[in-house]
Amino acid sequence: MKIGVFICHCGENISSTVDCPRVAKICESYPGVEYSVDYKYMCSDPGQNLIREAIQLYKLDAIVIGSCSPHMHERTFRNAAFSAGINPFMVEIANLREHCSWVHDDIESSTLKAIELVRMAIEKVKRDKPLSKINVPVTKRVLVIGGGIAGIQAALDVANAGYEVVLVEKEPSIGGHMSQLSETFPTLDCSQCILTPRMVEVHQHPKIKLLTYSEVVKVEGFIGNFKVTIKKKARHINEDLCSGCGMCISKCPIKKKAYNSFEEDLAFRSAVYIPFSQAIPNIPVIDETVCTYFQTGKCGMCLKVCDRGAINFDQKDTVMVADIGAIIVATGYKLYDIERKSADLKYKGYGEYGYGKYRDVIDGLQFERIASASGPTSGEMKRPSDGKEPKKIVFIQCVGSRDDSKGISYCSKICCMYTAKQAMLYRHKVHDGEAYVFYMDIRAGGKMYEEFVRRAIEEDKVKYIRGRVSRIYEENGKYIVKGEDTIAGMPVEIDADMVVLATAMIPQDNAPALARTIGIPYDKYGFFNESHPKLKPVESTTAGVFLAGACQSPKDIPESVAMASAAACKTIILLSSDTLEREPVVAKVNEDLCAGCFYCQKVCPFGAVEVKDVKDINGIVYKEVAFINQGVCQGCGTCTATCLSKSIELSGFNNEEIFAEIAAL
Amino acid sequence: MNLLKEVFMKYGYFPGCSQTGSAKEYDISLRKVIEKLGVSFDEIEDWSCCGATSAHVTNHKLSTALAMRNIMLAEQQGMENIIAPCAACYNRLIMSQFEIANHSGIRKETEELLSASFQKDVKVFNVLELFLNIGIDKIIENRKRELNDLKVACYYGCLLVRPSGLTKFDDAEQPESMEKIAEATGAKTIDWNYKVECCGAAHSIARRDIVVDLSKKILDDAKYHGANVMIVACPMCHTNLDMRQRVMKRTYPEHEDFPVLYITELIGLALGMDEKELGIDLHFIDFNYKDLVPENSGVG
Ligand SMILES: Cc1cc2nc3c(=O)[nH]c(=O)nc-3n(C[C@H](O)[C@H](O)[C@H](O)COP(=O)(O)OP(=O)(O)OC[C@H]3O[C@@H](n4cnc5c(N)ncnc54)[C@H](O)[C@@H]3O)c2cc1C
Repeated sequence: MKIGVFICHCGENISSTVDCPRVAKICESYPGVEYSVDYKYMCSDPGQNLIREAIQLYKLDAIVIGSCSPHMHERTFRNAAFSAGINPFMVEIANLREHCSWVHDDIESSTLKAIELVRMAIEKVKRDKPLSKINVPVTKRVLVIGGGIAGIQAALDVANAGYEVVLVEKEPSIGGHMSQLSETFPTLDCSQCILTPRMVEVHQHPKIKLLTYSEVVKVEGFIGNFKVTIKKKARHINEDLCSGCGMCISKCPIKKKAYNSFEEDLAFRSAVYIPFSQAIPNIPVIDETVCTYFQTGKCGMCLKVCDRGAINFDQKDTVMVADIGAIIVATGYKLYDIERKSADLKYKGYGEYGYGKYRDVIDGLQFERIASASGPTSGEMKRPSDGKEPKKIVFIQCVGSRDDSKGISYCSKICCMYTAKQAMLYRHKVHDGEAYVFYMDIRAGGKMYEEFVRRAIEEDKVKYIRGRVSRIYEENGKYIVKGEDTIAGMPVEIDADMVVLATAMIPQDNAPALARTIGIPYDKYGFFNESHPKLKPVESTTAGVFLAGACQSPKDIPESVAMASAAACKTIILLSSDTLEREPVVAKVNEDLCAGCFYCQKVCPFGAVEVKDVKDINGIVYKEVAFINQGVCQGCGTCTATCLSKSIELSGFNNEEIFAEIAAL
Repeated sequence: MNLLKEVFMKYGYFPGCSQTGSAKEYDISLRKVIEKLGVSFDEIEDWSCCGATSAHVTNHKLSTALAMRNIMLAEQQGMENIIAPCAACYNRLIMSQFEIANHSGIRKETEELLSASFQKDVKVFNVLELFLNIGIDKIIENRKRELNDLKVACYYGCLLVRPSGLTKFDDAEQPESMEKIAEATGAKTIDWNYKVECCGAAHSIARRDIVVDLSKKILDDAKYHGANVMIVACPMCHTNLDMRQRVMKRTYPEHEDFPVLYITELIGLALGMDEKELGIDLHFIDFNYKDLVPENSGVG
């Protein structure tokens, strides 16, 4: 076997602490090495050419590259090798940057270490076997989870490309948080006006199957071949018969037992209800927990008034299974709750702002509803406690966010913008009113964003105070807001009529559970993790699962939409071929040796291990063994290390190869 | 369970400087009350200043060493739990313990200064924790009268419940433990806005003007919310809120006297002791429970 060794300087990243020419020189004399060379940038075009030419000139069978991490350029070098005619899996990388030059400073010892690292790779490559990619079929149907603006955008893009979409939304209507907003920064256009046409489009699209009031309960299979179980909760309304006339709602005698969550609890709703008047689908839901019929067996008023016979108290939850090729997760966010949650020490709540006991201390979404023409006050500025117009209003930014002691260190990112918007809207509605904003910093990065904030300050005379608020309490019907003006270096006290808290965006409560159902990782807060923060921002680490919108981190609408279209594009690429190529670095079970303990199944983070029956010639099952689904396996090797009977082998990383590496040390 | 508790109910006592001077009545009432509740104390022998006043703003090393000196003595005298009734002492002691536990450099330096090594975990309690440990039921059981006519504003001040990461016994922003204890005496407690605001204790001498303004606001808010007495668990707060009312009158002539008691005095009254016994007559603002009882109610 003829081996080529290529040592990269990585500009100065490696060569400043590793003597690259010396490494290359020493390797020349190593058994099996035919050719050894160093070069400034091996990943560059001339660098790759050098590799290709050497392969052909010296008739190399395998190559070793001493360079950066394989995460960075393994694929580049494999492609180069392939184009010169050798199997891409006959390429080994010795990580001389992250594992050596970046973490050491002594040239002599890091050079010696680099030599060892390369020698290990040489020993491994000698034992490598050519591998070929695995082909799997693709189901051309996409599941979108979450029907906020991100889910809507993704569903429409995929459907318009001609693929089928199943859109699952847990609430009775799609629309998400955007449907609750009044007007949107930085243009102040009406949120509903730009959103509802898109919602209607989703509803009418022949390629989109819309499942509202539904949840994903199980995801099996792998990229291109998922099997997804969806539970459709009982609305107690027959969707095929209901015409959406609203008769049941207007006649329902239960009017004040349940808060209207769409109105952020600022209003009540009946027991049979639609969340808001532009809801899609325009079909009500009966809330069993407050409906008199479900509680006492009496009433049935809706049944009497529905002339289409659409009310069905006996309707049950239904479960369906769909074959899916790719999944887009777009489940959005919720807001930090300032109430005391003794059970949830992660979020401490705000005792200094009264733990939610003051009715006129509200959060951003509540303000959106008050400012919204379709909201509980028909867009008039009225405070919740007594319906009076607030003449002095205080906005407090960074509530919960950027504060480790409250459980969240990240910046919620959009609050500077929506606070400026809300202060502006307030000033447009209450001309003689005063608006104050307490802020830490103004983060208005974005097209026309800084200009927007300046407009609030300069044209609409919103008073910005840099500093934190230490306390809010009630005195004579006013809310005393005590804080600090850090620019003037003075304490300030404002007797406000209403206070709006820009509470942090946090993941939905069910986000971690959903992540476990799908098998995707999430961060310590519950936001879903992207595969690479720069180069793969819309991919999850699980193949075939993509992310869109605020479920990944706090985002505004333009960003959520951009991410949704990007995720849609990625799925379209995936579905555009009939079969999928998968990396052949997967684990295989030796069925003769497997003892059937299934420890591997317990440790596999991807759910790739299945139970397989082994039958004798008469077709009688005589033992159960582990079987690794090659489409799901990500080649992490956890099963291999766990297997007690040593019956699992990871292609490209088998025992012989690993031991040879170690022995070379 | 109760029995078990009693066996272990022996505390080391760190009085702190105030307890021997301006807050003598706090010391007197504390000793009397806990004796009635069947708990005993051993004063730490040879205790010294904890470093809470000047030391902690002028010399960090000294303030840690002073605090740890007392902890060291307690450890050497076999005390596992100690009581620090002064909120400033309490704060200084637990802060120093925190620093010793989390910074090996400070630990080493302090151990060298004191020629000692800290081995055991000496637990420092404030007075609220002490009564919670003893148990509210115990106060109710031993109650000789119910102080029904008191409407109490419980004032925590800033040091007792902060920093929140260390003083885990109660919520730092909306604490409730003092109310629970006060209600065991039969008194009513009020909901008010200033229970964790600062009274300006640190400026008590140098900037009396600040102290007067801050203390006035605290007293006014308590009155506004219907209180007829305030209770505290800190000698510094007591000085500002009780003694400074005279100076307050110079700036705010309309100010009316408002009695401020130590929590131990309140409990003492419920356990049947009288004002004189508890040292309440040493206060600047007079307080006599009988004055608050409506005539002909037959209580007193
Ligand atoms: C007060 C406030 C004002 C704002 N103002 C503006 C503004 O002016 N301009 C702007 O650009 N942005 C604004 N935003 C930001 C905007 O709300 C978000 O960018 C946008 O809503 C994110 O969309 P999304 O689809 O990712 O999430 P969401 O809108 O949260 O939608 C997620 C959807 O997924 C559903 N879902 C959740 N979990 C599941 C599940 N397990 N199964 C099925 N469905 C599920 C939810 O019910 C919801 O319908 C504002 C935000 C706030 C808080």
